[in-house]
Amino acid sequence: MKRRSRFILSVLAFGYAFLYVPLASVIFYSFNDSRLATVWGGFSTRWYGELFRNDQVLDSAFLSLRIALTVATLATIFGTMAGMALTRFGRFRGRTLFSGMITSPMVMPEVITGLSLLLLFVSLQQLIGWPAQRGFGTITIAHTTFAMAYVAIIVQSRLSAMDESLEEAAMDLGGRPLRVVFDITLPLIAPAMIAGWLLAFTLSLDDLVISSFVSGPGASTLPMLIFSKVKLGVTPDINALATLIILFVTSGVLIAWWISRRAQRQTG
Amino acid sequence: MTGNAASSTPFIEIQNVSKYFGDFAAVDSVSLTIGKGELFSILGASGCGKTTLLRILAGFETPSKGRILIDGVDITELPPYERPVNMMFQSYAVFPHMTVEKNVAYGLEKEGIPRVEIKRRVGEMLNMVQLDTFAARKPHQLSGGQRQRVALARALVKRPKVLLLDEPLAALDKKLREHTQFELMGIQYKLGITFVVVTHDQEEAMILSSRIAVMDKGRLIQVGTPKEVYEYPNSRFVADFIGTINMFEGTVVGFDDDSVRVNCKDAGGELVALSDAPPAVGSPVCLAVRPEKIFISKHEPDNTEDTRLAGIVEDLGYFGNLSLYRIRLATGRVVQVSAQNSRRSAERFLEWDDKVFISWRPRSAVLLTD
Amino acid sequence: MIAVAGFRRDMLWQRFTIAIPYLWLLVFFLAPFAIILKISLADPIIAQPPFTPFFDGQGGVAATVDSYLFLLTDKLYAVTYLKSVFMAAVATLLCLALGFPMAYGIARADEGTRNLLLLLIVLPFWISFLLRVYAWMGLLNNHGVINNVLIWLQVIDKPIAFMYTDFAIYVGLVYSYLPFMVLPLYATLERMDLDLVDAAQDLGARPSQAFWDITWPLARPGVIAGCLLVFIPAMGEYVIPYLLGGPESLLIGRVLFDEFFVNRDWPLASAVAIVLLLLLVVPIVFLQRSQARDAEGHA
Repeated sequence: MKRRSRFILSVLAFGYAFLYVPLASVIFYSFNDSRLATVWGGFSTRWYGELFRNDQVLDSAFLSLRIALTVATLATIFGTMAGMALTRFGRFRGRTLFSGMITSPMVMPEVITGLSLLLLFVSLQQLIGWPAQRGFGTITIAHTTFAMAYVAIIVQSRLSAMDESLEEAAMDLGGRPLRVVFDITLPLIAPAMIAGWLLAFTLSLDDLVISSFVSGPGASTLPMLIFSKVKLGVTPDINALATLIILFVTSGVLIAWWISRRAQRQTG
Repeated sequence: MTGNAASSTPFIEIQNVSKYFGDFAAVDSVSLTIGKGELFSILGASGCGKTTLLRILAGFETPSKGRILIDGVDITELPPYERPVNMMFQSYAVFPHMTVEKNVAYGLEKEGIPRVEIKRRVGEMLNMVQLDTFAARKPHQLSGGQRQRVALARALVKRPKVLLLDEPLAALDKKLREHTQFELMGIQYKLGITFVVVTHDQEEAMILSSRIAVMDKGRLIQVGTPKEVYEYPNSRFVADFIGTINMFEGTVVGFDDDSVRVNCKDAGGELVALSDAPPAVGSPVCLAVRPEKIFISKHEPDNTEDTRLAGIVEDLGYFGNLSLYRIRLATGRVVQVSAQNSRRSAERFLEWDDKVFISWRPRSAVLLTD
Repeated sequence: MIAVAGFRRDMLWQRFTIAIPYLWLLVFFLAPFAIILKISLADPIIAQPPFTPFFDGQGGVAATVDSYLFLLTDKLYAVTYLKSVFMAAVATLLCLALGFPMAYGIARADEGTRNLLLLLIVLPFWISFLLRVYAWMGLLNNHGVINNVLIWLQVIDKPIAFMYTDFAIYVGLVYSYLPFMVLPLYATLERMDLDLVDAAQDLGARPSQAFWDITWPLARPGVIAGCLLVFIPAMGEYVIPYLLGGPESLLIGRVLFDEFFVNRDWPLASAVAIVLLLLLVVPIVFLQRSQARDAEGHA
């Protein structure tokens, strides 16, 4: 028994090293003065400076952020509606198809989702002239479609874990169903909605393949720009960009973890 | 109080066993012998170390100190899968992915017993616990009571020298508990296997066991037959833990022959108890009397040897076969008294606020020093 | 009657709540598949858009299975599909081999440590996928960290060509999809009653026997979910083979991408997608079944 736990411990150590050594090395080399990404040329923060002077990077980052904010909000609204429909409305016609369509985008390979949406947009353009051009709008629609699936799943699992008698009690006390949704259900699933919003935001910000399919000329998101650069190999300014993203995400996740732990301690 | 018929031949010997988790002593220098064929209970509140002691017997924990012998063989270092001991878990731990038959056969398969014999023994065992018609069912198709029988059959089919039972009745509803209690006793009697039961329920321990060990904070407090533990508790803890008891704190003031006089402020005077090893004058003691040992009457009893106290009925409860009274003494102390309702009377014998006398024989009081 | 009508009106919003996401998914998820299917049956032409119309203008249907025939006859595609299945399967098994002990260790850790360990599994998931793959480029390069360290340790004297090999693709796949394996495994292992393993040992099973008799079969739902969650996206992976793999390591996702963007053969790309989808239908349905069962088990 002792031996097996030593085996488990070493696999755990290896696994976490495997997950984090690459990230650490990116952070380390982002402070490398040398243009050759893997030859150490002394400590420097010059790549961070260049990053902020690069209009292309700033433009695409701004586009990505605008898309991600819109997507996260739309996906949270639609996903919450879908999650409620699947847990609280009982049986309705077409429910099986609905729940199938909710979960499928999560498991669909990105190349298929991307290709199919692009072909839809092209066909629509031929038929009704919309969308006239591809970019912000088409990327937002594409991202919303798969991001809402994640929100729906999170909301659904929260709702099914939640006691339905709370809502029944509110109705018993005279609340009309729609009133009850806003007074009881939504406040109770707010944490799930926030988690869903954050996930949708991250997924949108992160997506490369689907964006590549459905965007048009001139509209390039941050991952698309990064991809076009890293195709050619490792570059120090991408190291700097990666470091900023890693630090931003890590601190965000750690703060969220810390807050939720404190909240748990207070209630528990 | 020690040395009785049931433990004549030591079968399980627990020798000075301790188990530390960090600084915390879950089991603290416990020594105990259990005889062959006993139905032995380890009784205590949760966290008293009884489950740790059971897990040490099963082999899931190794003691930090001490040794354990079963049938003369030192098993302290043996892993659970090599011990002649089987356990019925509190959660039953019936394998959810195997049928009832597979569950019961599992232990025999691990022994490498021929398939024909496994089939025969499993069949016999399922028959004994009345599950023969459920052999092909999966655990989720069974009730709680049936799952418990599977757990029992699975352990017994291995013909262990000792069967360990962790809170065997805790998860059952009241009616099933009583039924199972007697069934367990019947099976134990029939097979003659030594049973060691861990329980927090004193009533359960009293009914089931040939002997009881009371544990507190990792230590063994008292070992004895149910009657001994109930009638002659050796400490305030045991007296209080098992059943209900009235305890009067006081100091020893003197002796008359074999009786001890104790001054109790609570009782408003001196009380008398019998004791063969009386403590010194001036030492603090506790005089304890069970509610059913106290008589209650409207008129002062004549017997001057008895302890007699006056009070009023503060509260009473009618339970059908008996009535419970809470009597407030002049000092403000409340004494619990229970009386059999042996006569059927149209009018109530006692009412609230009635002036009454309570009395008990000197031999009914127990003198506690610990 | 009035009360009933009022109740009906109250329920109108329910219809609305169902209809909006429903319509969205019908238009932007289901309809596109019909279009893919349609275009896969067209002929490629040099035009905008580059395929022949489905309806020929005289009321007939101009469908052709040329693209599918091409897929069948050109050996390249069969090889690519097979290789994609093979590599996705190997990556899945590697994830399982690494992920199972990790999930087991996390599930058996005490509660405070457990939450931190879980957080560390999830954290990379929130960091850009592309940048995480990119990080490996810096490690696996001929002049990358791993080669530099090995040369410095004098294990090797010439750099090993890790980059642009199948090995690099496996590293990238395992690295990217490991959390998808660990999380469902953790969920089932954490739910498991530890008394069951104790009981098996009590009945005479050695620790290794108890693992194979009890822990492994009970962890099967997690194993299945984890494997499918890794296998399905790995099959269609584009970024990892593109950045880490060599020119000869053609996976189907990359072929589809190139067929579409480089060769501009939309019907063929659509046909490639349809066949990929057919290959994945069975595992996808399987996954949804197991997840639905899991959700029911919770309720």
